[in-house]
Amino acid sequence: MIELDGLCRNFHVGNQVVHALDKIDLQISAGEYLSIMGPSGSGKSTLLNILGLLDTPTSGSYSLDGINTSEMNDDQLATTRQHKIGFVFQSFHLVSRMNAFENVELPMVLAGQSVTERRKKGQLALEQVGLSDRISHRPDQLSGGERQRVAIARAIVMQPVLLLADEPTGNLDSASGKEVIEIMEDLNKRGLTLLLVTHDPVIGQRAARCLTMEDGRIAKDSVG
Amino acid sequence: MKFADCNRIAFGALSRYPLRTSMMLLATAIGVAAVLVLSSLGEAARRFVTGEFQSLGTHLIIVIPGKSETTGSGIGIMIGETPRDLTLDDARALMRSSAVEKIAPVIVGSAAVSLGGLERDVTVFGTTAAFREIRQWKMMLGEFLPNVGMERAAPVCAIGALISEEFFGREPPIGKWLRVGDNRCRVVGVLAPQGTSVMINTDEAVMVPIVSAQAMFDSPGLFRIIIQATSRDSMPKAQQDVRRIITKRHYGEEDVTVITQDAVLNTFDGIFGALTAALAGIASISLIVAGVLIMNVMLVAVSQRTREVGLLKALGAKKRQIIALFITEAIFLAVMGAVVGVAGGYIAVTVMTGVYPNLDFTPPIWSVAGAVLVAVASGVFFGILPARRAADLDPIAALSGQ
Repeated sequence: MIELDGLCRNFHVGNQVVHALDKIDLQISAGEYLSIMGPSGSGKSTLLNILGLLDTPTSGSYSLDGINTSEMNDDQLATTRQHKIGFVFQSFHLVSRMNAFENVELPMVLAGQSVTERRKKGQLALEQVGLSDRISHRPDQLSGGERQRVAIARAIVMQPVLLLADEPTGNLDSASGKEVIEIMEDLNKRGLTLLLVTHDPVIGQRAARCLTMEDGRIAKDSVG
Repeated sequence: MKFADCNRIAFGALSRYPLRTSMMLLATAIGVAAVLVLSSLGEAARRFVTGEFQSLGTHLIIVIPGKSETTGSGIGIMIGETPRDLTLDDARALMRSSAVEKIAPVIVGSAAVSLGGLERDVTVFGTTAAFREIRQWKMMLGEFLPNVGMERAAPVCAIGALISEEFFGREPPIGKWLRVGDNRCRVVGVLAPQGTSVMINTDEAVMVPIVSAQAMFDSPGLFRIIIQATSRDSMPKAQQDVRRIITKRHYGEEDVTVITQDAVLNTFDGIFGALTAALAGIASISLIVAGVLIMNVMLVAVSQRTREVGLLKALGAKKRQIIALFITEAIFLAVMGAVVGVAGGYIAVTVMTGVYPNLDFTPPIWSVAGAVLVAVASGVFFGILPARRAADLDPIAALSGQ
């Protein structure tokens, strides 16, 4: 489903060129469960951003679902993000003035879906993360674990093919972190491709396929 | 994104910061209210002045002796400055025009009026009965001057309400004698009090027959001839006839100035219309200022909500959706500000009407519509820059709050 071919991402820092990603080749099939680990600065977040179409590679190609993303314009990238990719962030990124349901329905609002459709899908998504009883709570009325579960519900409400999680447990205690991981693993079992960036080896080892990154390269791939 | 959702999100964002939102509302509201109040002041002045000139009577032509001319030096100046008098015969001759309905020759002077030990200076008008008919003055007691020929002198006078009070108190003045200058006149009528109307305060005036006034001031020259045309349509003909007759009588020299009420009205109308527009224009500047304020605060809002913008982008928001969200916020601010401003402006106008009940402060509809339009337009215009800035944010940097 995902094919990276000679993917490079360079940043200019002053006069120096930093190779955040250096000729990455990677294939990921639909339904896989991957974790990416590595020291900070190894390029794992950059890789995640490129996979999430928030960043574009300097060279090389990235095809998602058989479509080469380098030929897409801004709007097409946005639409692809909307329909195929779900994000879960370390700091949740919930809109504080909106309640759980409103946060979850935000992607559907942007996609222009009808109110009845939004209600049905939003409730279903919140049910999947076990928050049916928290629908009208605002983020500041929820615990950290609950907030991240709202964020997961928001990420899956558009039924994406790929779920990208960037340190999803980084701001959580271990109990609620485990809960969050289990919810995502459960979604993976139902066919959602899951890609997890983490520092925590305990969480990283749970994945069926572990990538270790170093200096912008994949140093170790437990499968390949 | 649906229109209703866009509005809901924008409104939600605004209500999150009530103080900031209400301050921006206030800025726009003050601008709109200022336009309303200033233009209503200008309009009130225009209505007042044109109303004054309308109260002069209907379809009037005023003939003034002399004509301002730009002449050469030396002898020319002397010729330019010494007009031929306008005489009673001239006035009589004007009656020959079929377009002329009524004629009132007027002489104005100042004379001492006395009765017993009381004496004061008053403005004395020498005129005929037609003057009252043209000016549509009402009488409180008795009659105006006797309706006899222009050339008949008579020892009578009509007096203003205040003069009557000062000299006669509560006693009936009709039939009493007053000394006006060197002449003794019998009071035949008292004008109803009406205050100052177009520079003439009839309450403090004494009216005598024109010939009496000529004798009193020892001058055959008339101050004005007031002419009422038969109808509005006959005004041009009447004006032409007046010029032709006077020129003929004055040996081919058109040495009078003929002005029409309409011309005066139009001039004042124009002047005050321009004044109102200028006032409204000046007030509109405050709307631009409000717009700049909206831009500033929106820029702050964008940087405060950087993370939110980053999130929206990650969730698949297109550039134009983000632009739409922020511009909607700016429009909301401007529209709500305009509504508050219109309400405030009307309240201010109501208060002004309460203080000056005889002035009509109704703001002109163009200024209301214009103010609202400019407010909304400046909201949109000054909302563009912050909205574009938000839309152009890099999603990764925005998500990390940079």
